[in-house]
Amino acid sequence: MSGPSLMDSLFQPSLEDLIKGLRQQLIGEQAFISKSLEEIRKEIKSTDLSTKSTALLKLSYLSNLHFQDMSFAAFPALEVLSSPRFSHKKIAYHAISLSFHDSTPVLLLITNHLRKDLNSTNEFEVSLSLQCLSRIANVDLARDLTPEVFALLSSNKFYVRKRAVAVVLRVFEKYPDSVRVCFKRLVENLENSDPQVLSAVVGVFSELACKDPRSYLPLAPEFYKILVDSKNNWISIKVLKIFSKLAPLEPRLAKRVVEPICDLMRNTGAKSLLFECIRTVVTSLSENESAVRLAVGKVREFLEDEDPNLKYLGLQALRIVAEKHLWAVSENKEVVIKSLSDADPNIKIESLRLVMAMVSEHNVSEISRVLVNYAIKSDPVFCNEILGSILSTCSRNLYEIIVDFDWYVSLLGEMSRIAHCQMGDEIENQLIDIGLRVKDVRPELVRVARDLLIDPALLGNSFLHGVLSGAAWASGEYVEFSRNPLELMEALLQPRTSLLPPPIRAIYIQAAFKVLVFCLHTCFMRGKSIAPSASLDNLPAGVSASASYESFDDFSVENGADVAVVHGQTCASAPITKESIVNILNMVELALGPLLGSHDVEVQERARNLLGFVDLTKPEILNSSIHEKRDSEGKRVESSKIIKLMHDAFSKELGPVSLSAQGKVSLPDGLVLKENLGDLEMICGDIEPPSSNSFSFGSPYEEEKDGLSFSNLQIRDDNEQSNESTSLLAAHRKRHGLYYLSSGKSEMISNDYPPASDHTLQGDINDNADDLVKLTAESLIPKRKPKHGKPRPVVVKLDEVDEKPVAMKQPESRDDSLSGAVRDVLFGSEDIPPTSSQSNLSNSSKRKGKEKQHTDPHTESKVSAVGDGNSSSRRRKDRSQGKERRHRSPRKKNDEERKDADQKEKKKSSGGRHKSRQRAEEPLKVPAQTPVIPDFLL
Amino acid sequence: MIHFVLLISRQGKVRLTKWYSPYSQKERTKVIRELSGVILTRGPKLCNFVDWRGFKVVYKRYASLYFCMCIDQDDNELEVLEIIHHFVEILDRYFGSVCELDLIFNFHKAYYILDELLLAGELQESSKKTIARLIAAQDSLVETAKEQASSISNIIAQATK
Repeated sequence: MSGPSLMDSLFQPSLEDLIKGLRQQLIGEQAFISKSLEEIRKEIKSTDLSTKSTALLKLSYLSNLHFQDMSFAAFPALEVLSSPRFSHKKIAYHAISLSFHDSTPVLLLITNHLRKDLNSTNEFEVSLSLQCLSRIANVDLARDLTPEVFALLSSNKFYVRKRAVAVVLRVFEKYPDSVRVCFKRLVENLENSDPQVLSAVVGVFSELACKDPRSYLPLAPEFYKILVDSKNNWISIKVLKIFSKLAPLEPRLAKRVVEPICDLMRNTGAKSLLFECIRTVVTSLSENESAVRLAVGKVREFLEDEDPNLKYLGLQALRIVAEKHLWAVSENKEVVIKSLSDADPNIKIESLRLVMAMVSEHNVSEISRVLVNYAIKSDPVFCNEILGSILSTCSRNLYEIIVDFDWYVSLLGEMSRIAHCQMGDEIENQLIDIGLRVKDVRPELVRVARDLLIDPALLGNSFLHGVLSGAAWASGEYVEFSRNPLELMEALLQPRTSLLPPPIRAIYIQAAFKVLVFCLHTCFMRGKSIAPSASLDNLPAGVSASASYESFDDFSVENGADVAVVHGQTCASAPITKESIVNILNMVELALGPLLGSHDVEVQERARNLLGFVDLTKPEILNSSIHEKRDSEGKRVESSKIIKLMHDAFSKELGPVSLSAQGKVSLPDGLVLKENLGDLEMICGDIEPPSSNSFSFGSPYEEEKDGLSFSNLQIRDDNEQSNESTSLLAAHRKRHGLYYLSSGKSEMISNDYPPASDHTLQGDINDNADDLVKLTAESLIPKRKPKHGKPRPVVVKLDEVDEKPVAMKQPESRDDSLSGAVRDVLFGSEDIPPTSSQSNLSNSSKRKGKEKQHTDPHTESKVSAVGDGNSSSRRRKDRSQGKERRHRSPRKKNDEERKDADQKEKKKSSGGRHKSRQRAEEPLKVPAQTPVIPDFLL
Repeated sequence: MIHFVLLISRQGKVRLTKWYSPYSQKERTKVIRELSGVILTRGPKLCNFVDWRGFKVVYKRYASLYFCMCIDQDDNELEVLEIIHHFVEILDRYFGSVCELDLIFNFHKAYYILDELLLAGELQESSKKTIARLIAAQDSLVETAKEQASSISNIIAQATK
């Protein structure tokens, strides 16, 4: 832009003026930009191409760096494009590739311009045109310009040829049929001597192979040769990428490439190439023990390097290895664990994933303990990362690795108290899920839920509302395991629940309902157990029943503890007396009265239910204590009937619901499900359809508690369970006291709000890292003696796959049009069947019967080239010779034999490269053999 | 493949953008805002890779400029770092110890250089010398055209006076 030009003489501000003006900011950036845009709009209409092109250049600048719209300049850009001057063309192409997209209206007009420039004798114009095509190509452009691109693929100017090769990828994508035209030439370029062209071709194939590797298996010999011969790291990296896609498809190919890759790994000085080797080995060649060992050794060097990049990549590679070779992680565990406290969040997350990979059922509790302590100290983001990975690891495969559920439930409780915890919803799901699935854990679950519910401080943290709703549900559903239902009741009705969002509040009220029914029921049934004659059906006996009930009441007030022991451990710590019941009823009325006017229907309805119930029962309970039995007995029995009914309704057990449960419901007559809902769509087109996860079972508490039959559940009976589990719980607590929150009575009714995160057991955090190192050290040694004292409780699983509905269809062999076309070129048009592994797996209709042929000379002959990749000149001969060899001893050739064959073949080297392809016609002359699998290992 | 190339100054000003995958203007602004938020806040001694929307962004800071390239998950990060370095060296050779101002005032030239280096999101030319030669050749093409233009314009300008 230096020197005087026409623009200056005509007073048109140049790009430089524009940039200077922007930087001086005399009138503010936005104002200046809009002023300049005004000018540009005028200038761009000029008939002078130089003025126009300068305007266009300025506009591209504004569009590119200041994101101004430049769609109005689409047509002027085309006009500038038609200029004969190179400088104008350059500006126009730049503007076009910057701003054009598939729906640009003038796109149709550009075809001829591009074609003209593609045919230009000036290589730079060709290059500009190609560049532009690579960016804006759509189906039409790709189709119309395929012949030009095809011609350029064999241009004698390598500069043009390599660009054409790179552009071919885009043309293939947009217009797959072009494969039929261009593919052969593209393959031929694999043998080009110019490293830049070769690099471009290999780049194209590595992109293509990502999408559908199977189609390119027949080209493996060519790639192999490049891998062995290439001295250029850029090319090697790309070829390795191709092999990492191909190797998993063909085990013999994998064996073949291991050696060269290992050699590269040993000898290369370039870290990028080394890393690509490592990645190829760990992703695609993980069966080969020695290669993996070598790779892990190199990974170790990465991990110990100062450079954080290498460290990060090392950790990443380790994570890939960990899926199949856990030893690799444990060998490097010191580094991994040290990285947990790295300054770089990316490295921390990688190492966290690795630590989680080391978790097994033996060390899960210890590792989780240490990680939770890390989480307490970490910044919020990483803290939640840790919690999230603990949660997902532990819940994997229906809590596969959890043996001690009591411990896990209390860990969940503890995690939700960590200050930065935002995993409330996940914790909620797991609390409920475990409650439903694992019977033995319910007492502990209720205890944890209680600890959460009675803590008023938690109510203020909106991230924890999910946890609280889970806790409320659990405490209501499994209230029979509660040691002190009255206290639960208080917790559920505490004033600060007004901080909860309405849906959760509704859950609280429903839980309170359940707890209340349970309290009343215990209270009444206890009366009956003392005087067995009083049964509900036996009205005349009511007199004696209520008499004994009265006496029992007095008794229990005086000797509560003793009586409770007699009448079951559920109310061991807090006997339910009539006074307390009355208190509760009052409390319910007090707390829920205002909610009758709530705006949320759910809250209002549940509050009304509960209050209605209280209204029904309260008078009789009051009466029965004040008046004598005569006037109240009839009614009292009635209300106890209600209570019994309600209690029965609530004590029906809920179980997990299979995601496919809906499918089992038979279709009722007269219900047309497949009717076209087109009209409906028209009516409510704007309304967003609800997300369709309503059958996942995250929120079973919203279902009605009775009447639903879960036909496919395995509900185990547990009658003796509760006694047993509480004693086990006590024993367990004694042994693993560390993992329990202290549950002193004193903190139950604490009125001062403790901070949301009180970690009473934080303990020694200092040497966490060392702890973890020690722990994980043991993780891989099978435990001599299981640590846990009790067997793993039964986790209810549904009789079918529970986790996720398996995707309806596995994506079938990706027979999209592009790979179809590629296959056609590689196999079809030359009448050559694919390798046998392909014929098994693919169902492309295009190849119908062809693959049934027994021999596969083409592929086979190509494959033989793999065997001998040392000199490019011998390659062609190898091909033909491969066929010959096949006659003699198809499978077991060692190198000597091959060399002999080479010698023989050398004498009659023949024909151009193109012939070797046409030779495909010959297979029919080959005598039929037993089905031959093309052998990459010759 | 490389999906886009960004040059962002330390103050968050965009100095160059090149998109190899289709992004609408709106998306472009959003991408840049998001990424500059992530990258500019990262400290000096951290690794040069950021996971972003299922892609990886490799960035490196040279003087006051961050060079960022977005690549696929299974692309080679170290290779891309080398490409970035390569680009910087070429710029340096072309402008003669390049600085941010060079790129500001010659933004189109930086593009032309990048276009020689990368095409369709793939590395095109790994030789610095070749690129320098190609750019010089094109520059001279532009210059001759310009000289012609200015001589004609002089004639016209004089004629209309």
